[in-house]
Amino acid sequence: MDSLDLTVEKGVLYGFLGPNGAGKTTTIRMALGLIFPTEGEVDVLDEPVFPGQGPRDRALRRVGALIEEPGFWTHLSGRRNLQYFARTAGPADDRRARLARVDDVLRTVGLDQAGDKRVKAYSQGMRQRLGIAQALLGSPSVLVLDEPTNGLDPQGMREVRMLLRRLADDGVTVFVSSHLLTEVEAMCDRVGVLARGKLVAEGPPSALRSSGDMLRVEVDDRARAESILSSVPGVTVDGGGTAQLRVRLKVPATAAAVNAALVGGGIAVSALVPEQESLEDVFVALVEGEETPR
Amino acid sequence: MYRVEVARAFRRPRTYVLGALLGGVAILPSIVLATTSGGGGGPPFFEQLRHNGLFGGLAGIGLIVPFFLPLGTGLLSGESVASEASAGTLRYLLVRPVGRVRLVLQKYAAVVTLLALAILWVAFAGVVAGGIAFGYGRFPTLSGDEISAGMALLRVVGAVVYVAVGVTGLAAIGVFFSTLTDSGVGAAIATVSLAIVSQILDGLSMLHAIHPYLLTHQWLAFADLFRSPIAWDAMRQGIELQIAYVFVFLLAALAVFTRKDVVS
Repeated sequence: MDSLDLTVEKGVLYGFLGPNGAGKTTTIRMALGLIFPTEGEVDVLDEPVFPGQGPRDRALRRVGALIEEPGFWTHLSGRRNLQYFARTAGPADDRRARLARVDDVLRTVGLDQAGDKRVKAYSQGMRQRLGIAQALLGSPSVLVLDEPTNGLDPQGMREVRMLLRRLADDGVTVFVSSHLLTEVEAMCDRVGVLARGKLVAEGPPSALRSSGDMLRVEVDDRARAESILSSVPGVTVDGGGTAQLRVRLKVPATAAAVNAALVGGGIAVSALVPEQESLEDVFVALVEGEETPR
Repeated sequence: MYRVEVARAFRRPRTYVLGALLGGVAILPSIVLATTSGGGGGPPFFEQLRHNGLFGGLAGIGLIVPFFLPLGTGLLSGESVASEASAGTLRYLLVRPVGRVRLVLQKYAAVVTLLALAILWVAFAGVVAGGIAFGYGRFPTLSGDEISAGMALLRVVGAVVYVAVGVTGLAAIGVFFSTLTDSGVGAAIATVSLAIVSQILDGLSMLHAIHPYLLTHQWLAFADLFRSPIAWDAMRQGIELQIAYVFVFLLAALAVFTRKDVVS
């Protein structure tokens, strides 16, 4: 991690994007007091997480978390796991409140039928759901979820997204990490992009697209097409295959202009497809922008 | 944390398998002596068992001390923190949040509690089996005189307490090892190995100078409870030594764990 400066406003659904190895989990572990930063500070709910020996408990007690994979005592049932987590620490009223919520959160994640099965017998998706249930157990004000849709089927992913949206609308601050751009785009209010331990972009999800749209163009003569396109303003060729090009469009370039230029140059264009930009592309654009500031 | 830990142990089938095993060992002396006749030597308290069933508890404890006790201690203490790390539950306990100091100390307390319960169980099973086989009469001490059965039972309880205190040092070492690694089995093996080495060194008379400092040296000193008068010296030495080990290794465990980056 390298001088990360990140603030999440209360009640916001924040998407924390980054490729594998960017430092998302490390950031989350630091925010929750599991890893000690070499320098700097972390506050959760205005309480420092590394205060020497101070009120760290008070902040973390209002946080629910899913950190990488869920972790359970697999020889126990899902329900009993939650009960043990509920009982294991905290003041008596907090423990009681969590115990009373066990059935609620199991229902919320759709595990009310399977609650008495041993976790050993759960599928990966069920474990993931139980992990989310565990994070919800303490009616947290802050929910920190590391790749919460891992291992879920599309239906499950949608349910989780709707659940998080609902929680955020109810005033819970939700911090979700993901390596899936579309997932974050679909639900988050705000997005931060992490690459190589640095925050390279932050803003509303639409801001990420400022790097331009991608276009896949299939042509009969790639080399000649490339040289034609190099003279069209706002167009950069960004890879491709033997008979296709990947083209990045920035203002004032449009797909129509690309098509016109190619056809005008005698190139047979057999397809012109707008491409969903992959997160990798966004990163490449962002990281390049970061390193060559001009 | 502590109560949940102990409760969780009683939810594991393993606990009952080990309990059955230890119970079997505890009643073994009574069965052997009741079905054979004639004298001959044996482990501590075997011969006396014919005179009074209470010796069954002592014979049982005497049988588990050299091997099963270090094994059980190593297993429970070595797994304490490391197995949570490898199961992935450690990070969730810490963000629950359970304070790190509290986590180590309560894990340790739970380990010692379970070990004490195991020793008590062995004594209980041994005493019951001995009573069935040989009854409880006046109790002959190792010094030759007799004490009442009630007084003898009290001393058996004292022996349980002493043996339980005797493993506190090894348990602290196990918990310390457990904070160093994510492998519960590794920490357990290291702990058991240490106990074995201690027993080997204790067996070498050339090394008598270091014997008083060996973890296992006074483990069998509870026998002194059954002399008249009770000889306290060895037991006092044993208890002092355990306190020192507990102090040092719990501090070491806390020093490691409160600074550790939890990446498991």
